[in-house]
Amino acid sequence: MTDQLRVLAVDLDSGQSRVEEFDERDRVVGGSGLAAYLFTRYGVFDKPWDHPAQPLILAIGPLTGRFPLMSKTVCGFRSPYHDQYTESHAGGRSALALFFAGFDALVITGRAAGLSCLSIGSRHVTIRDGSFMKGMNVSATGKLIRRMFPKSSGHRSILRIGPAGETGSAMACVNADSYRHFGRLGGGAVMGVKNLKGIVINGDSGRPVAAGREYRDLYRTVYERVTSTDMMRKYYHLGTAVNLQGLNDIRSLPWCNLQKTSDPAISAITGEVFADQTLLRNGACSGCPVGCIHLGFFRDKFKEDARYLYHQVPYDYEPIFAAGTMLGVANCFDVLRILEEMERVGVDAMSAGVALAWATEATERGLISEKQTVVRLRFGDQHCYQQAAGYLGTGYNDFYRLLAGGTLKAAAVYGGSDFGCVLGQEMAGYATGPVFFAAQSLGFRHSHLDTGAYSWEQKHSEKDVQKAVDFLLADEPGRVFLTSMVACLFARSVYTDDVLAECLAACGFPSLAGDIDEASERIRALRWQVRFATGFKPDHVEIPKRFYAVETIRGPVDGSYLEQLKAEYGRRLSAFAKPPVFE
Amino acid sequence: MKLLTTPRMDRCIGCHSCSLACARLVHKQLSWSHAGIRIHSSGGLSTGFVSQVCLGCDPAPCAAPCPTGALSQRRGGGVVVRARQCIRCGQCAPACPVDAISQDHDGNVYICIHCGRCVEFCPHNCLQFEEIDPMQRSLNHD
Repeated sequence: MTDQLRVLAVDLDSGQSRVEEFDERDRVVGGSGLAAYLFTRYGVFDKPWDHPAQPLILAIGPLTGRFPLMSKTVCGFRSPYHDQYTESHAGGRSALALFFAGFDALVITGRAAGLSCLSIGSRHVTIRDGSFMKGMNVSATGKLIRRMFPKSSGHRSILRIGPAGETGSAMACVNADSYRHFGRLGGGAVMGVKNLKGIVINGDSGRPVAAGREYRDLYRTVYERVTSTDMMRKYYHLGTAVNLQGLNDIRSLPWCNLQKTSDPAISAITGEVFADQTLLRNGACSGCPVGCIHLGFFRDKFKEDARYLYHQVPYDYEPIFAAGTMLGVANCFDVLRILEEMERVGVDAMSAGVALAWATEATERGLISEKQTVVRLRFGDQHCYQQAAGYLGTGYNDFYRLLAGGTLKAAAVYGGSDFGCVLGQEMAGYATGPVFFAAQSLGFRHSHLDTGAYSWEQKHSEKDVQKAVDFLLADEPGRVFLTSMVACLFARSVYTDDVLAECLAACGFPSLAGDIDEASERIRALRWQVRFATGFKPDHVEIPKRFYAVETIRGPVDGSYLEQLKAEYGRRLSAFAKPPVFE
Repeated sequence: MKLLTTPRMDRCIGCHSCSLACARLVHKQLSWSHAGIRIHSSGGLSTGFVSQVCLGCDPAPCAAPCPTGALSQRRGGGVVVRARQCIRCGQCAPACPVDAISQDHDGNVYICIHCGRCVEFCPHNCLQFEEIDPMQRSLNHD
């Protein structure tokens, strides 16, 4: 296997593209490491996120397309949310499509003259006018792009944005193949700045397979492990939605803008209820036989007599928390209706739900009114949230445009920063306690997946700052290596370091196979170096008072412990604040 | 002779494991398109999936225009492929009435040889490989 990284660099200013090759496979591996590396090559450190020269980077890894569940793509960009480097990850088809197009990464710089669609494949790069899609919702955009580019159905990925991306919302996602998303931290707005409504990646070629039986036998072993055992059952059975009941039971599920962490109303929106009442079917990312995508449906009567329309909406734990419990909405079909509107306008569901939860409490406290929100926001009222999601996604007025920049930006104007549920970005649905709050606040992606903090916290009751921070730091490199492969993190129990080493060796990457520990640390450091070099300052991240006032799995939050955790985690992370090594 | 059929495509989740298996094990490649069976959404992902695969015709219309005998009638339906005889003329592909033959950029053709090696890689048992009479064969294609 070649160790060279093959990158397609598209410049929308000139419409020209180049194939670039880099001899850095062993140093940056792929995925997370490759995206950070490419940012050092293409990123502009002294210009803001919306400078046209900033790159949008899509990167895959050395095991993409070669083993099951190596099915995700890393998107690297300078975020409109905090103007720092970040990553967002998505499944769908983009990873295999990029692999079969013959590239390890796609880098897009510049700004097209008008709203456009980019199509790439192993033998073409095409930029076409998309001005007629201005303001178009995500679903309609997908349908039109399929008509514009009719070739390679089934063997391509379609990434697109809705109005949120076009209006520069820091909550704008990139929709990936209808049911997956590069969700967090505003990647959709980066596409919008580039006048890029859609990206079509055609996986229209093949790659050589590793010679000999070793690879084929190992593939079979891994495949059987993920399909013939119960290892992955929790993901394909009820899916992550199964966590709703469990987290509610241990007082760790945010309700009504985190005013409480448990509520008997959970019985109406558990994973079982969603599966029994709404689940239409399952889907899979390309190359993953697990099939964890849960597609729910709702139907509405649009006329008298039996005249119905129906919609399919993907659901998971996080969107249900954000459009459900966080908004006090405890009806599974109502949750799907709110999520459907978020999908249409192209906002990240978690960010939007948490922002609207803050706006609801701000309304209750008299800080804002319909003058700002247009519709009266009330916890539990599905109708108002459907409308508000649309207003937020389209940037309907000054208030919603401000809120789309982040909850605390709106709170800075209207008041209410104490109860903005923001941990670096709008919180994920794990109110397990101080360790998680500190971990998301300072985590690289401000994601619940940066480390296993919420899981660790459920198993450890002791208040030991060093031990907790040691865990956070020790847990990160392994995850970074997996997201450099690029594996779905649901597969982390399957892809142990030993298995990864076997897989890499079988695919012709022997030096990587023998260097996992060092490579993990190297990539972790590189990512943080790029983040710090774009402005990250742990001391500037504040944890709102709501997180100090909430009751969690261990009872009331110990504020002093939380402050110590944040200070120590920030101090330890600051050790990475060096210029990126590849500059 | 056994034939590959696709009787339970309504269970398909679109993972492409069958295509990847065919490419990997039969055609010695990594690909989801250079394979005898290929999976497509049936008009966007919201409408489920269809398989593009040889239906096992007898006589096989794709074999007739082959000038070198690279494709010949397989007993029980479908074709026998002699790859060394193939001159990559591509005449077989348009002759297939259900577009089950694909060609790569170099003109190599990919057609199901009814070996059944993809079947065990379908996580939901959408595929079937067995002796089958012509009527049941038609019913078995979903």
